[in-house]
Amino acid sequence: MTTTDIHTELLKNFEEKIERGDAIEPKDRMPDAYRKHLIRQISQHAHSEVIGMQPEGNWITRAPTLRARQILLAKIQDEGGHGLYLYSAAETLGISRAEMIEQLHSGKAKYSNIFNYPALTWADIGAIGWLVDGAAIVNQVSLQRTSYGPYSRAMVRICKEESFHQRQGYEIMAKMMKGTKEQQEMAQDAMNRWWWPSLMMFGPHDSESPHSGDAFRWKIKRASNDELRAKFIDKTVQQAEVIGLTIPDNELKWNEERGHYDHGPINWTEFYEVIGGNGPCNLQRMNHHKRVHDEGKWVLEAAEAWTKKREQKLFDLN
Amino acid sequence: MNNQTPLLTYCLRLGDNALIQSYRLSEWCSNGPILEEDLALTNFALDMTGRADLLLAYAATLEGKGQTSDSLAYRRPEKEYLNCLIHELPDEDFAFTMVRLMLTSAYDMLLYSALEKSPNENLAAIAAKAIKETRYHLAHAAGWVERLGDGTAESNSRTMQALTMLWPFTGEMFETDSAEQQLAADGIIPNITALKEPWMEKAAQVLKSATLEIPALKTWQTGGRTGRHTENLGHILCEMQYLQRAYPDATW
Repeated sequence: MTTTDIHTELLKNFEEKIERGDAIEPKDRMPDAYRKHLIRQISQHAHSEVIGMQPEGNWITRAPTLRARQILLAKIQDEGGHGLYLYSAAETLGISRAEMIEQLHSGKAKYSNIFNYPALTWADIGAIGWLVDGAAIVNQVSLQRTSYGPYSRAMVRICKEESFHQRQGYEIMAKMMKGTKEQQEMAQDAMNRWWWPSLMMFGPHDSESPHSGDAFRWKIKRASNDELRAKFIDKTVQQAEVIGLTIPDNELKWNEERGHYDHGPINWTEFYEVIGGNGPCNLQRMNHHKRVHDEGKWVLEAAEAWTKKREQKLFDLN
Repeated sequence: MNNQTPLLTYCLRLGDNALIQSYRLSEWCSNGPILEEDLALTNFALDMTGRADLLLAYAATLEGKGQTSDSLAYRRPEKEYLNCLIHELPDEDFAFTMVRLMLTSAYDMLLYSALEKSPNENLAAIAAKAIKETRYHLAHAAGWVERLGDGTAESNSRTMQALTMLWPFTGEMFETDSAEQQLAADGIIPNITALKEPWMEKAAQVLKSATLEIPALKTWQTGGRTGRHTENLGHILCEMQYLQRAYPDATW
């Protein structure tokens, strides 16, 4: 058997396994491209959870009631926990958290574009929970069936918490829509600013999506960008109507034939501008993460020095 | 404030301590030196907000004027806040946060362990919950103070600097007045003076293993318990009360 034959045989075994619907586990053989795709996707997901703590953290000290502060603290803590969980899932593929953070800082690894938008008012905390987490859930529910075991198991747990996040965001919006005129305006303004970026979270239209081929065949991705986007729009339009919020899209219309809402054109120029680093908060988010990372180094160095001293003492005793 | 019953004043003091602690801890969100610490500090902030909520709600009931924990937290001016000054000092760095948390949670351990035995069922129930949380806060903070104190030259110097800044504010935690002494004599609350020695023992034990010297000091910074604060509290309330003050007719 030549090396090429072995490769072909291994790939065949792998693809048969995927075909049967078996989960791929960390010690299983897998094609390099599969491993790379997962590292890219899972680390991007982890970074998104962590960077997402910034716009929400921006409102913790100004949360308007003790209950609101507790809910927001618990939510952000969940997001950080998801980050840790996902970093661990990615580590099973042979990359360290330190390497992933290095890739984030160098720009090689990305995080969700949505967090490059600012959280300007308290209603933005509602909009982030309801729309951003709402969009994320649609994607994550489908990823519960992704082929890589550690990733799919992480998704099961993450989805449970995200649905609580989505409800708390919606509750904030509902309360504000029942409140004073100023609160209602704040809520609608947040809706206007977060709606389109939320739709962009699902990525380019299927006809334009560059990573779809292998990802579908290997069951990393289980539904297309446009399918997921449609699911999100369909459920959210009704929720908006219930509390009296207007979706900022004049072309939004139920299409009986498709069984989905049609929507107006998404501003892809803006999407690519933000991905390219020119969003309102790209620099701010990244500088914040780098600054905190650098400023925290002395703490880790101290912990390492302390551990070494303890080991030395034990060694001396023996 | 002069019309407050001693128990109401006492509950406001405890509630305000927890509230201001929660504020400072929550500032660490997305600013922790590592993700694990970010989560731990956010979690402690959550514990403290819950504690403040319970204590202020009880204070509102005692007052009986239709206030809520929220109106007490978000509508009182600086001089009606009765927390100890140590809680409002801004966090200089991670060492400062951990030294403060060690000093105050060692205090809370003793205080709430005693309050758990109070015949006042409300205080006893709040204390029982607080002890469970404080045990973790203290273990976490003491562990870090030891590591930072006995870590590198830089971490040792930062930790010593934090201790030097914080130490003058620890005396206030053991202050008392005739109203509180009466509550203590009635067995409702512990005699706080009696807790100073065991507190000092615990702090000294942690600081010793952190290779840190307790600063020599005879003068204490005080005033918070009677509403005279540092410059920092005004800034905290500006931020914390912003929405409630800017939109007084709104409910959130």
